Amino acid sequence: MSTFDEAPVSWQEPQKDAPPARRNWSELIIETLIRLAGISAVVIITLIFLFLLKEGAPAFMQVPITNLLSTRWYPIEDMFGLIPLLVGSLLVTIGAVAIAVPLGLTTAVYLGEFAPPWQREILKPVIEVLAAIPSIVLGFLGWVALAPLIQGAGAPTGLTAFTGAIILAYMSLPTIISITEDALYAVPREYRDGALALGATQWQTIWRVTLPAARSGIVIAVMLGVGRAIGETMAVMLVTGNAANIPQFGLGAFFQPVRTMTATIAAEMGEVAQGSVHYSVLFAIGIVLFLITFLVNSLATRFIGGSARRRGGQI
Amino acid sequence: MENKIEVRNFNFYYGDFQALIDLNVPIRANQITALIGPSGCGKSTFLRGLNRMNDTIRSARAEGEVLLDGKNIYDPDVDVVDLRQRVGMVFQRPNPFPQSIYNNVAFGPRVLGMNKTNDLDQIVTESLQGAALWDEVKDRLDQPALELNPGQQQRMCIARTIAVRPEVILMDEPCSALDPVATLHVEDLMRRLSEKYTIVIVTHNMQQAARASDWTGFFWLGRLVEFNETTELFTNPHESLTESYITGRQG
Repeated sequence: MSTFDEAPVSWQEPQKDAPPARRNWSELIIETLIRLAGISAVVIITLIFLFLLKEGAPAFMQVPITNLLSTRWYPIEDMFGLIPLLVGSLLVTIGAVAIAVPLGLTTAVYLGEFAPPWQREILKPVIEVLAAIPSIVLGFLGWVALAPLIQGAGAPTGLTAFTGAIILAYMSLPTIISITEDALYAVPREYRDGALALGATQWQTIWRVTLPAARSGIVIAVMLGVGRAIGETMAVMLVTGNAANIPQFGLGAFFQPVRTMTATIAAEMGEVAQGSVHYSVLFAIGIVLFLITFLVNSLATRFIGGSARRRGGQI
Repeated sequence: MENKIEVRNFNFYYGDFQALIDLNVPIRANQITALIGPSGCGKSTFLRGLNRMNDTIRSARAEGEVLLDGKNIYDPDVDVVDLRQRVGMVFQRPNPFPQSIYNNVAFGPRVLGMNKTNDLDQIVTESLQGAALWDEVKDRLDQPALELNPGQQQRMCIARTIAVRPEVILMDEPCSALDPVATLHVEDLMRRLSEKYTIVIVTHNMQQAARASDWTGFFWLGRLVEFNETTELFTNPHESLTESYITGRQG
C-alpha cells in the first residue's frame, strides 16, 4: 500500500545534486512498468470476476433458487440442482487432501531431515518429474490401471470419487513435498541445535520445533496443493464416473461415481446454446468455484498472518 | 580438586581435515573453564565435542576419550540424548524457539516427559529466577520469546538450559552478540551458576576470560598450547605463543 503512495516522491522531487535528467526518465519508465505489472494482476482478476458475473448472473434470476439448491442435475429438463456437483467436488477434494497431506508432509520430513544426501539426490528429481507429467496422462493411468483395481476390490464400478481423489493426490504431491521441504530447509539450524542440546530426540526436535517453525510455509504448500486439486478438470472427468447424483452418506460415498463442478463445465460447455439458461448456469458454477477458491485462500492468508504475529513478526 | 570432565588424547576430524590434535584437558567441577584462541583454532569444535553436538555433522569423526564422571561419552553404550541432558549448551547467537517464553523454558522438561502444570510452572519459575530474568518477564510468560531483547533472549536460553537440570553447561561465545551491559549480566550469572554447575565457556574476548573464569585453556591450530589457572595464565604465561597472543601481538 504505502509503496504506491510514496514511490512518486523519489522522482518528482529531485534532490540538490540530482543525477542527470536522462536517468530520471529511465527511472520513471521502469517504475511505471513495474507498477503496471503489479496492478495488472488485480485488474485481470477483477475483469475475470466481472465477466463471470455478467455471464452467470442471469442464472440466478431465471432459475428459481429452489431449483439451484435441489438435488437433481438434469439440464435437458431444466433441472439445475448444483448440490450433487458441489458434493462431488467436495468428496474428491477432501479425499485428495486426506491422502496427499499426510503423505506429502512425511515425505518432505524424510527428505529434509532423515534422508542421506545420495537418497535426496535421487528422490528430489524424481518427485519433480512427477510434477511434469501432464494431468491427462495421470487420468489415463487412473482409468486403465487404478479403476480396475478399485472395482476388483468390490466397488460397483472402478470410476469413483476415491479413484479421482488418488489421482488428484498424486497430482498435488510434488507441490506439497517440494514447498514443505523448502520451508523445513529455511528453519534455522540454531533451532534444531537448541532442541538437540536440551536432550530432545531427533523426532521430538522435528515435531516440537522444526515443524511448528515451518508452519506458515507448510500451510502455503497445502493450500497450493489443494488449489490444484479443486481446479483440476480433465483427469477427474476421466476417472470419477461423471454421474451427477448424490452418493449415500458414509464412507461408502467415496466408492460411488460422482461428477465435479469443473468436469460439468468442461463436458457441457461445448453443447449449450450461447445465452441459454443452461449456459448461464454453467457460468454460475464458475462463480461458485471462484468464491470457494477465494475463501480458501483468504482463510490461509489469515492463518499465516496470525501465526506470524504470534511470533513477533518473523515468518 | 575433582575433575568433572577429563579429556584424554582427543583427536577430531572433519573428513580428512584434523581439527583437534591430541588434546588433554581437565575440566574442574563447579569451576568456570574458559577456552581462548583465534578463530578457527578448534575451541568451538572442542566444546561441541563435550556433548557430542558434532554428531550432527556427517563427515565428523572423534578419537580418544572424554570422561564424564569417569565414563567415556564416546562409548557405544552411551545414549546421546541422555548425555545432552547432563551436558547442556548455550549458543553463540541467542536461539529462542519461535514460541512463548514459557514454552521455551518448559521445552526441556516436557521432552523429558514432565506434563503436570504445577511442576512445569515451578520449574519455569525457578529456572528464570536462576537465570536472573524472572523479574523482567514474570508478567509476560505467554509472549513470544523473540520479542525479548538479545540480552534477555540469551538469559532465557540459559534458563531453558538449566530447566533440564544439567551437570555441565557449555557456552559457545555466549556474549558475542550482546552489548556490554548485557554481557556483564551474563558474566554475573555465570559466576552464580558455577556454585551448582560446571561451566565451560568459549570466548573471543580475553578480558572476559580473565574476568569471569577460574581456569583458561589457550588453543592454537587445533592444539592446546597452555592450560592453567586463569590468573597464572594471564600474568605469567609459560609459553611464548600464549604471551604474544594475550598481549595482542599474535592472532
